[in-house]
Amino acid sequence: MSAKPANFSSAWSSLKWPALALALVLAFNLFLTPGFFHLTFRDGRVYGSLVDIINRGAPVILLSLGMTLVIATGGVDLSVGAVMAITGAIAAVLITKNVSSLLVIIGLPLVISIIAGAWNGALVGFIGVPPIVATLILMVAGRGVAQLLTNGQITFHNETFAYIARGHCLGLPFPITLVVVAFFVLLIATQKTAAGLFIAATGDNELASRCAGLHTRRVKLFVYVVCGFCAGVAGLIPAADIQQADATHAGEWLELDSILATVIGGTALTGGRFSLGGSLLGALLIQTVTTTILTRGVPSQLTLVVKALVVVSVCLLQSDKFRTFTLAAARMNRKAVTE
Amino acid sequence: MNDANQTDALLRARGVSKSFPGVKALQEVDFTVRAGEVHALMGENGAGKSTLIKVLTGVYRRDSGEIHLGDNLIDPRTPDEAQRMGISTVYQEVNLVPYLSVAENICLGRQRTRLGLLKWKEIRDRAEKALARLGVELDVTETLANNSIAIQQLVAIARALDTSARLLILDEPTSSLDEGEVERLFSIMRKLKADGLGIIFVTHFLDQVYAVSDRITVLHNGQLVGEYPAASLPRVQLISKMMGKELSELDLSRGRDDRAVASSLRAPLLELKGVSRNNAIKPIDLQIGAGEIVGLAGLLGSGRTETARIVFGLDPAETGEILLDGKPVQLNSALDAISHKLGFCPEDRKLEGIIPNLSVRENIVLAMQAGQGWLKYLSRARQNEIAEEFIRALNIKTPSPDQAIRLLSGGNQQKVILARWLASRPRLLILDEPTRGIDVGAKLEIEKLMAKLTTEGMAILFISSDLEEMVRNSHRVAVLRDRQKVAELSREQISEANIMHAIAATEVK
Repeated sequence: MSAKPANFSSAWSSLKWPALALALVLAFNLFLTPGFFHLTFRDGRVYGSLVDIINRGAPVILLSLGMTLVIATGGVDLSVGAVMAITGAIAAVLITKNVSSLLVIIGLPLVISIIAGAWNGALVGFIGVPPIVATLILMVAGRGVAQLLTNGQITFHNETFAYIARGHCLGLPFPITLVVVAFFVLLIATQKTAAGLFIAATGDNELASRCAGLHTRRVKLFVYVVCGFCAGVAGLIPAADIQQADATHAGEWLELDSILATVIGGTALTGGRFSLGGSLLGALLIQTVTTTILTRGVPSQLTLVVKALVVVSVCLLQSDKFRTFTLAAARMNRKAVTE
Repeated sequence: MNDANQTDALLRARGVSKSFPGVKALQEVDFTVRAGEVHALMGENGAGKSTLIKVLTGVYRRDSGEIHLGDNLIDPRTPDEAQRMGISTVYQEVNLVPYLSVAENICLGRQRTRLGLLKWKEIRDRAEKALARLGVELDVTETLANNSIAIQQLVAIARALDTSARLLILDEPTSSLDEGEVERLFSIMRKLKADGLGIIFVTHFLDQVYAVSDRITVLHNGQLVGEYPAASLPRVQLISKMMGKELSELDLSRGRDDRAVASSLRAPLLELKGVSRNNAIKPIDLQIGAGEIVGLAGLLGSGRTETARIVFGLDPAETGEILLDGKPVQLNSALDAISHKLGFCPEDRKLEGIIPNLSVRENIVLAMQAGQGWLKYLSRARQNEIAEEFIRALNIKTPSPDQAIRLLSGGNQQKVILARWLASRPRLLILDEPTRGIDVGAKLEIEKLMAKLTTEGMAILFISSDLEEMVRNSHRVAVLRDRQKVAELSREQISEANIMHAIAATEVK
C-alpha cells in the first residue's frame, strides 16, 4: 500500500525537470507564437504544429528509447545514425531491384539492424571493448557500407513504402504510431519483466550483479540489439518520407541528439536507473525547441546555439549541486540586501 | 630501543597518525628501519600497513608525528618528492610502460637531453648500470612486454634504484612470481642490503618473511604491536600478534556445546576433490554437510576467498571435481551456482555486494529473480512482501523497502545482502567476512542467524579473520596457509591456539 505513492514520487522526481522545461517552451509558444496550439481536422486527419513536432521528432524519439537502455548499462551507442543510413539504403536497394514484397523491403533492413546491434553488443559485452570505441567502429564503417550500397544516394518511388512516413493511422501520422507502440512495448518489457531490474543493476554495479547471478554480458548484448533495432525502424522513416536513401546525411548527428535526449530525461551516463518517459520528454523538448526556432523565424544559423542553451539549462536544473548552490547564493544575496 | 640503534637508523617514524572520515587508520605508530636491513612490515587487513607506506611515500600526508630520513625531518607531499629524498617504491602491480624498451622504462622521465634530443647511448648505459647493480644482465633495447613478469619486476626495482635511493619499499613483490624467481629476488635483496640499503618488505607469505627479513614490525588495527628481530620471534607468536592477541591470553575453550552434531552422520552436501586454480589455491579437499558450519581459517592471501569464489563459480576450478550430493557438477558462473542452490556473500560489500542506487527491495530480490530468469518477474506486491519479511526477520533498519541501499549503514547493507541470499533459499551459503566493518549488535545478530539457519539444515562455509568468531561459530575448521589446506580441526580440536598453531605449521595439540 505504501509502495504506490513511493513509486509515483520517484517516477515524478525523474520526470520533473524535463517536463517543466517542455512546459516552459510550450508556454512561451502559447503566448508568442500565434496558432502554435491550433489543430485542424481534415479528411479525418489531424494537422497542426503539435502533431508536426511529434511526427518530425519520431526518429530521434525512437533512437532515444533504445539509447536509454544502452546508457542504463553504462554504455553508449554511437552507431545509431549509421545504422539508420544502412537500413534506409537497404530498403532503397530492394525497391530499385523491383522487390515487390513490402515484408522483405521492411523486414530485411530490420534484420540487418538487429545484426548490427548484436555486433555492438558482442564487442562490448563479450570481448570487452569500451562502448565508445566499439560503437565508433560501426559508426564509421556503417556509413561506408551504406555508401557502397547506394553509391552515394538512391532515389526511388514507392507509394506503399511511403506509408511509413506519410501514412496516417487513427488520424495521426504513422510515425507517431511507431513511437507510441515502441514506447509502450519497451515500457512493458522493462517494467513487467525483470529486464528493467537486470539492466539497471548491471549499469549500477556490474561486478555485484555478476556475483548475484546476472548474466551481465547477455544483458548488454540485449540492450545493444534493442538499440540497433530502434535505429533500424528510425532509419526507414526519412527514407520513406523523401523517397531517397542518402548514405551521407541520413541520421547524421542524430546519435548525439538521442544521447542528449536521454541525459535530459534523467538517465545518468554512468548507468543505473533509467527513465524511458524522461527520454521521451527529452526528445520532445529538443524537437519542440527546434520547431519553435523555425516557426519564429529565428535565423537558422542560431538554431544550434539556442538548442545548446536550452539543453545546458535543463542539465543545470537537474543537478542537485547546482540547485543547492544557487539557492544558497540567492539566500546570501537576500541577507546582504536586508542587512 | 637503545641509542646505538637510534644512530644507525635510516628511517625513523615517531608517533605517526592518519585518520580518514570514520577511521583511525594509523594511531601513534613508531617505525624504524636501519641501513642494511630487510624489515618486514606485517599485519592483517586494516592493520595500517598500506596507510603507513603511503604516508612514507607521500601518497598521503600524515596528520601528526615525525618522520626522519637520516638526519633530516621529511614531509613528502608526492611520491615524486619522496623518491627524490631517496624513498623508492615497487608496487605489486608492475607500474611500467609495457611497449617501451627496458632502457626507456628505467630512465623514463629522467632522460638527459642535448639540445632537446635524447642521448640514447647514455640512457642505455645508465640502464645497464642500474641492472648490473642487481646482478642482472639484459638486452636493454628489448621491449619490456617481451620479458617475463619476474624480469619486469626486476626492471621496476632497477628503475626505483636508479635515483639515489636509500630506502626501498617492496609491496607484495612476490605474489606473481614462482619459487625460482622468488629466490632470485631474495638474493638481489640480500645484495642490496649488503650495499647498505634499507628495505621494507611487505608480503602475505610467512615463509618468505623468515627467509629474508632481519626484523619484523607488526601492526594491528592501526596501532603498533611491536618490533622484533626475526630470528627470535616464533611463527606462532608472529601470527598471534598479527591477529591482535597474546598467546597467553588465548581463549582455550572449545566453544559452545549446543551445536548440532548430526552433520557428521550425513553424507556431505558439497565435496571438493583436489580442486585447484592457478594463483588461487593448490589442490584442496573439503567436505561440507547439511546443517554444518565449516570455517575457513588462515591469514590474508592464504586462499580463503579464492576457494569460496571457486565454489561459487566466479573463478571456475582448473583441476579436480566438485560434487553436490555425491554427483559431479560444473560451476562455471554464479548463475550455475545459484541454480544448484548455493549463495555467496562476498568479502568486499561495496564492490561485489550492493547495487548502490537500487532500492533495498530490489537488492533483496535480485538473486532470486536471477535464478528465475527475466520472464518470470516477481510482481511488485510479491517483491514488497519478500522485502518486508526479511526486513522484519533480520531487523534491517531502513525507512522503507524503497530506500536506496547506499543510504543504509554497513551492518544493514550486509543484512540486505544476506537477505538476498536467504530469499533464494540456498542449501549452502558462503559467508566471506560477513561481520567485517559492522557494529557489534549487527555482528551478534548475524551470528545468531547463522546458528538458526543451520538448525534448519543449511550448510555454511564461513570465512573470518576474527578467530574468536571462527571458534565460536564453526563445527569444523579447515586451515589454509600459502594457498593450501594445511589442517582440518574437528569440533573437539577447535580453539584459537590450535588454529594459530596450524597456520604457523607447528604441531596441533
